[in-house]
Amino acid sequence: MRRTAAIIRNPIVVALFLSLAVAGCASKKTPNNAADLGLGGGAAATPGSSQDFTVNVGDRIFFDTDSSVVRADAQATLTRQAQWLNKYRQYAIVVEGHADERGTREYNIALGARRAAATRDYLVSKGVAGNRLKTISYGKERPVAVCDDISCWSQNRRAVTTLGGAGS
Amino acid sequence: MLPLLKKMAVAAAVCLMAAPMAVLPARALVEIDVTKGNIEPLPIAITDFLSNDAIGAEIASIVTADLKRSGLFAPIDRGAFIEKIANPDATPRFEDWKVINAQALVTGRVAQEADGRLRAEFRLWDTFAGQQLIGEQFFANKANSRRIAHIIADAIYERLTGEKGYFDTRVVFIDETGAKNQRQKRLAIMDQDGANVRYLSDGRAIVLTPRFSPTRQEITYMSYEGGQPRVYLLQIETGQRELVGNFPGMTFAPRFSPDGQKVIMSLLRDDGNSNIFTMDLRSRATTRLTNSSAIDTSPSYSPDGSRIVFTSDRGGQPQIYVMGADGSGQTRISFGGGSYSTPVWSPRGDLIAFTKQAGGEFQIGVMRTDGSGERILSTGFQQEGPTWAPNGRVLMFFREAAGSGGPKLYSIDLTGRNEQAIPTKGYGSDPAWSPLLE
Repeated sequence: MRRTAAIIRNPIVVALFLSLAVAGCASKKTPNNAADLGLGGGAAATPGSSQDFTVNVGDRIFFDTDSSVVRADAQATLTRQAQWLNKYRQYAIVVEGHADERGTREYNIALGARRAAATRDYLVSKGVAGNRLKTISYGKERPVAVCDDISCWSQNRRAVTTLGGAGS
Repeated sequence: MLPLLKKMAVAAAVCLMAAPMAVLPARALVEIDVTKGNIEPLPIAITDFLSNDAIGAEIASIVTADLKRSGLFAPIDRGAFIEKIANPDATPRFEDWKVINAQALVTGRVAQEADGRLRAEFRLWDTFAGQQLIGEQFFANKANSRRIAHIIADAIYERLTGEKGYFDTRVVFIDETGAKNQRQKRLAIMDQDGANVRYLSDGRAIVLTPRFSPTRQEITYMSYEGGQPRVYLLQIETGQRELVGNFPGMTFAPRFSPDGQKVIMSLLRDDGNSNIFTMDLRSRATTRLTNSSAIDTSPSYSPDGSRIVFTSDRGGQPQIYVMGADGSGQTRISFGGGSYSTPVWSPRGDLIAFTKQAGGEFQIGVMRTDGSGERILSTGFQQEGPTWAPNGRVLMFFREAAGSGGPKLYSIDLTGRNEQAIPTKGYGSDPAWSPLLE
């Protein structure tokens, strides 16, 4: 009354989907500040305003893939930021660290945090008081550019210096 | 005349009871081979349960869907049935089922008791051996009729494969709506088949990475509530929330220990790196397990609690490491080329599931706990975050196809076959499978 239990036969080749390959990665200029991103309209902003900071100084820097090293172009931006922040001392500052979507969620939260810390440390090295600076990581949760290739990912790998607490 | 051999665990809100009506020595009709992709599903006939209303057919269809989705069973179309089951307690005409190649047959009945509860009975028959394999009955509130069906499907799965089932389980996940740069994320919970979705947060704060307690109706997750990203606990039934610990920096990547008494997670250091800590939920004592100038995150305990697998980029890029539960003996185990993250220890203890990035693609795979025997189960443009079914035979993960706008949930067998989309209303990510419900 016992019957063979195994029902494993007829090998079937299992096709794994090899999905869409990553689109070709043309080298593209990485936008370097808000003006490059088309966020602002030139130098008309009131000096000392957050618009002035965003448009004329540049509120964000960009990182290489899986890196939190502050690049040379980013150092120039942060130096300008530090000069501006040292002149307008009424602002408390939050540095947001972000990652592109090409990493897993928890690792990218950690990577965003490291980018924010590297940015904060650079600003401190240029004389910005550490007690004005806070950091937060959004990992890959807050992309600014939405597409499926490197032209967007490079804009999302960023640290953004945000001004708050004016008058405080 | 049949002895009451066991009582099934009784859930407080549910009250299900099983009284086995006959017990035979276990003999698997289906053999599960986790490394080969060539299992032929077992033909099984699942008849509508006798009832006065639609519920008999509904239970049969849920059982059918569960078994079919497992990939191990091929439910036979009802139109092919010859014998009409008029009395599910009577021995069926086995010839009528053998001729349509039904190797197993399920019959049953469901009725409302005087006290309003449902009584569901079922029998599983081996048609070729001409004998009954299981006879059981369950009682439950009418609201739990889907659970009765899942429990019956688990009993059939276990009897025919020799493995525990996983159908009477739930999944917590993140429900995602809205454009990618304005995404709203909510904690959500559903049955493993996508039914009974319930939302556990309102979408105002970003919420991420929910994980089930192995011992309580409780989850741990990360929330950006109040602009401060930190790890929380949430009681699923009461909605009561609690911050885990009072750490100076961001906490993230939480999971429970196998005894449910600790949460293990990453804590951000002031220098921007992340280390792994545990917090004992009773004593509130915190313990640091790693202390590297690198990212250490995504910790996951072995089921016996003796070891922890985690992600670290201390070697230059994210790779998988294993250490003792006290942080001792930190050893890299992933060497396959590319980067590795999101390691999760199998509930059976033998494997670690992971996300691998290589060649511009994301892969879901498994390896043994020493890093050997790597097998890639699925490759895609963007996918990550495997979670194990409690029997360690099926993984769920989330995938975003290029240009699709958002992620969806999928399950796949340890064989790398039988990939199934999990139906969700919106986009879905960060799934975490519950233990078998009790």
